Amino acid sequence: MSAIASATNVASGARFSGAQHRLLAFASLIALVAVFSLASPNFMQTSNIIAILQATSVNGVLAIAATLVIITGGIDLSVGTLMTFCAVIAGVVLTFWGMPLGLGVLAAVLAGACSGTLSGSFVAKLKIPPFIATLGMMLILKGLSLVISGTRPIYFNSTPGFTQISQGSLIGSVFPALPIPNGVLILFLVAIAASFILERTILGRFTFALGSNEEAVRLSGVNTDRWKIAVYALAGSICGIAGLLIASRLNSAQPALGQGYELDAIAAVVIGGTSLSGGRGTIIGTLIGALIISVLANGLRILSVAQEWQTVVTGSIIILAVYTDILRRRRL
Amino acid sequence: MTALVSMKGIEKSFPGVRALHNAQFDLRSGEVHALMGENGAGKSTMMKILAGIYHRDGGEVLLDGKPVEINSPRQAQDLGIGIIHQELNLMPHLTAAQNIFIGREPRKAGGFLLDEAKLNAEAAEIFASMHLKLDPRTLVGGLTIARQQMVEIAKALSYRSRVLIMDEPTAALNDAEINELFAIIARLKAEGVGIVYISHKMDELKRIADRVTVMRDGEYIGSVPAGETPVEKIIAMMVGRALTDERPVVPDHSNSDIVLEVRNISRGSEIRDVSFSVRKGEILGFAGLMGAGRTEVARAIFGADRRDGGDILMHGRMVDIRKPEDAVRAGIGYLSEDRKHFGLAVGMDVRNNIALASLSRFTGPGGLLKEPAMQQAAVHYVDQLTIKTPSDRQEVRLLSGGNQQKIVIAKWLLRDCEVLIFDEPTRGIDVGAKNEIYKLLNALAEQGRAIIVISSELPEVLRLSHRIAVMCEGRLTGILPAGASQEEIMHLATRRGGENDKPAKGEVK
Repeated sequence: MSAIASATNVASGARFSGAQHRLLAFASLIALVAVFSLASPNFMQTSNIIAILQATSVNGVLAIAATLVIITGGIDLSVGTLMTFCAVIAGVVLTFWGMPLGLGVLAAVLAGACSGTLSGSFVAKLKIPPFIATLGMMLILKGLSLVISGTRPIYFNSTPGFTQISQGSLIGSVFPALPIPNGVLILFLVAIAASFILERTILGRFTFALGSNEEAVRLSGVNTDRWKIAVYALAGSICGIAGLLIASRLNSAQPALGQGYELDAIAAVVIGGTSLSGGRGTIIGTLIGALIISVLANGLRILSVAQEWQTVVTGSIIILAVYTDILRRRRL
Repeated sequence: MTALVSMKGIEKSFPGVRALHNAQFDLRSGEVHALMGENGAGKSTMMKILAGIYHRDGGEVLLDGKPVEINSPRQAQDLGIGIIHQELNLMPHLTAAQNIFIGREPRKAGGFLLDEAKLNAEAAEIFASMHLKLDPRTLVGGLTIARQQMVEIAKALSYRSRVLIMDEPTAALNDAEINELFAIIARLKAEGVGIVYISHKMDELKRIADRVTVMRDGEYIGSVPAGETPVEKIIAMMVGRALTDERPVVPDHSNSDIVLEVRNISRGSEIRDVSFSVRKGEILGFAGLMGAGRTEVARAIFGADRRDGGDILMHGRMVDIRKPEDAVRAGIGYLSEDRKHFGLAVGMDVRNNIALASLSRFTGPGGLLKEPAMQQAAVHYVDQLTIKTPSDRQEVRLLSGGNQQKIVIAKWLLRDCEVLIFDEPTRGIDVGAKNEIYKLLNALAEQGRAIIVISSELPEVLRLSHRIAVMCEGRLTGILPAGASQEEIMHLATRRGGENDKPAKGEVK
């Protein structure tokens, strides 16, 4: 985690102010944890912490994908149903065709990348606003998942190792005291990789530059379309990873699942301080945002607050988070 | 007879710029009073103060001889002062009548329902008074620009305006439409409306203006009767700045290679058959009034906008430029007049902005950026161009205009462009920094780069250019040598189509 934390947000330029917001988000997370641990002795149990992390893994990975697109100044509404689509593709390759595990994993990630390339092309080449292009893709992918699967769940019983992707614990097998599931490990690996790409590579630099001032980038002689498509494709392949995670956790690809996940992902991004107008944002912020959402859900459940109220609280937090961000920037 | 409007001793400053100083203007009822001056002379600022858009810092405004405070456009309307902006402010999806009465719609049924019939009837009445044949129920978006302008005038009249300000009203009109507009102006004048007419076009002033007031550098120069004053005198009043500015030492370019050659490029009505060339080490200035098509030419050469036709040659070889990427690859860099929108990613730091056009050069295996090399390059240019910044990690938006401009220059120097097109290189830059930019441009030319400078400030063009291309209404009306006078340039800049059958082309030997 420190590796990601150390990767400062160099390109957004809003380094200090951005750090402030992340600090605020992080402080809120700590405060929430503190409140819930005081309120209930069950909260700080290892098993509960692991449950929270496990619950964060899918939304966290999706939120990372959404972060990349949002930093370019776009939005990706298709992350949730794309996740399901990739899970279904894995199901087709592994269960219907009986291929080995590795090919299933590859197929899911590739399906995500292809879908992302398509969304990106709609946005960059056809100039369809990202909201509309990915709304269309969201519905297309939802429909395709149902068609391909015959509207029934695809189980992975014939692929024994599949559930290990999310539920096994590599770390636990080495350090039995730390039974951290692979799903959580994957979340952090994806976060580190995405952070690295954003901060250290040319793709990441153009991700920020596009969100900061796309026209200036184009007038600098850069092929902006190509880079934009690349960002959507990368986001898509990360959704593929999310698809594998959720399918592994459920030991099945549930074709009806997925819609609604995009909103949780965007909520995590926004709470984490990434600007919806583009040009600013961090993976670590998104990770904290995703954790805040899971901690809230888990803590309120432990305190026996009805699920209905949890959504009310999450909604309020989004508004509060964005408003503090606006206040902070107004002062600058 | 007291003047309808009288503005005296008007002062107005914007951050870093004094826009108006002791400026004055007066308007009688039933006259067309033209307000003239170069770009930036303060005409629009003056009229925006009268229309309540800007607040004056000093001076007084009298209406019918009584002092008035005009704090908002709404208040100006209530006082009977209407303004028609160069960019029309209409809602294209509403009808003409709905646009005219927006926010003041007649109601019925105790105020719950809109009285559409009354709305249309009242609009029709205004149109009739203007002798304008227009159905009030027509959607504004479907009207020609000229017709939309008529709707704006009708809107101004609906406030019972006694003062009507028109800012470059004919900029987008053809001859027939101009005639229609002038007919309406004549009718309004006969009814006692005072009309302020801002325009650059001499021939129009001769046709409709009664008096001409000239402004220069935010100050009042003088008022003369439009009819009997020769055009030369008005131009002299506009440009009459003492010519103490330095003139360039023009090196002999006759043996230098032609780097960029542009042949017959065109784009709609914005660029009409423009051809010119620039040699190695030469600074070619582009003069002209606003909207003459200079920026359009630059953007077309750079591939930022599509062009309808024409060829671009680099070192005598044809290059296919369809997008900025192609132009940059051919060695052409463009520095936009609007740095914040088109030149810089202001939220990013100095280092990344300087490297923006050359990022692929700083990319190693796996797409990894070589930050140390980027830093080195950025620091090199920060030093060389004396960019004042605490470090190369400073956000660009926190720097001054002059330093921002230098960052854009650094971006293109790092990209190693042979041709640099500067569009208004000193806009929004204070005087001290301007001189630095001038020195920089001269140094770049001495290094053998071919430079094009577009500027609306004549002294700037005269000071920098080795040759001066002048445009008017999308045409290149002539190319003058460095010693040209401001008057010669203004003549070419106001030479409208038809006065010269063939646009001047190519070199002046």
